[in-house]
Amino acid sequence: MKLLNHAKAGTLESGDVFITVTPGEELLIRLDSPVKQQFGDAIMDLVRKVLEEQEVTSGTIELSDQGALDCTIRARLMTALERASKGDVS
Amino acid sequence: MKRSLLFIPGNRPNMIQNGLVLPADALIFDLEDSVLEEEKDAARTLVASALSSLDFGSKALVVRMNDMSSPHALKDIQAVVQAGCESILLPKTEHAHDISELDRWLDTVEQEAGIPTGSTSLILLIETALGVEKAYELAKASKRVKALALGAEDLAANLGCERTGEGTEILYSRTRLVIAARAAGVEVFDTPFTDAYDEGGCFLDTVFAKKLGFDGKLCISPHHLAPIHKAFTPSQEALENALEVQQAMQEAQREGRGAVALRGRMIDMPVLKQAKRVIQWAKASGMLKGEVDDESGQ
Repeated sequence: MKLLNHAKAGTLESGDVFITVTPGEELLIRLDSPVKQQFGDAIMDLVRKVLEEQEVTSGTIELSDQGALDCTIRARLMTALERASKGDVS
Repeated sequence: MKRSLLFIPGNRPNMIQNGLVLPADALIFDLEDSVLEEEKDAARTLVASALSSLDFGSKALVVRMNDMSSPHALKDIQAVVQAGCESILLPKTEHAHDISELDRWLDTVEQEAGIPTGSTSLILLIETALGVEKAYELAKASKRVKALALGAEDLAANLGCERTGEGTEILYSRTRLVIAARAAGVEVFDTPFTDAYDEGGCFLDTVFAKKLGFDGKLCISPHHLAPIHKAFTPSQEALENALEVQQAMQEAQREGRGAVALRGRMIDMPVLKQAKRVIQWAKASGMLKGEVDDESGQ
């Protein structure tokens, strides 16, 4: 999947995660989460796994987590990536 | 048995999470009215992700897709059926050809996902005058149709009538739907009660719907689950009577009779059918806790 544009998905509501995706030369992942100390590694592993599945090898992925479950993080990241790959600026 | 079918907005992760613990008999993940047009893709992906990874226990899992004229309809089906959705709630149902087309989509999606063909059922949401008029025909349009449901808010807008607390304006539609559903051999669910904090009103509305013959009620607020379940819980007296009827009929049938007198009242198959319905409600409400099986009543 090739990232063509900046895109975002999710919200800052409790239980959600707000994700922005920006095309770039190298892969950068930035995570902000109230549970980063306990679950930061697990969240990062999940993000890397989704990126690998979608064959995304470059770009900046920023996550502002509000205590989201894994299924929510996966869904929001998928949505942001799909929007970015379609050139859908949202 | 689905006494309560609770709508969960499909783009709200915290509400989907709440669905794990709320005591609804069925959850309806909504991709239609509660989701903004620009968030349809996000909601679809979120619901599919939740369905495929969270354990909602014994609750029936339903998704309200976007209507058949929407560009989202096929994408909704493709995403949620593979993820484990058991039933699709089709909104604004008016035409049998839409149901036939949806049937074909489901065949294809189920085959691609390796799911037995025909395993995804349909609940038809009837919320227009045309839908009410054609309810029986719609219910018979596919073997997948397992229930009709009434959406009275859209219907009232379509009819141009005023929605009232007592609901006189939807009485015809309610009874028409019950008759159409029974004639077609499917279940029927009543329209949601719309005042989220009026639990007493919801209870009375559900009692009335139950008297009309509805099997359960759509629900827009977790506050309504308790009053709905209470309305579908038989009294101890009604339950004891139902068990007595069942036992009397079993004894009569063993003796080769189709009817029997019980305390001066003639008991036959229609009375037994009603008694079994009461026993099912008692089971669903936890009054019997499974120690009485449907057939023996013991």
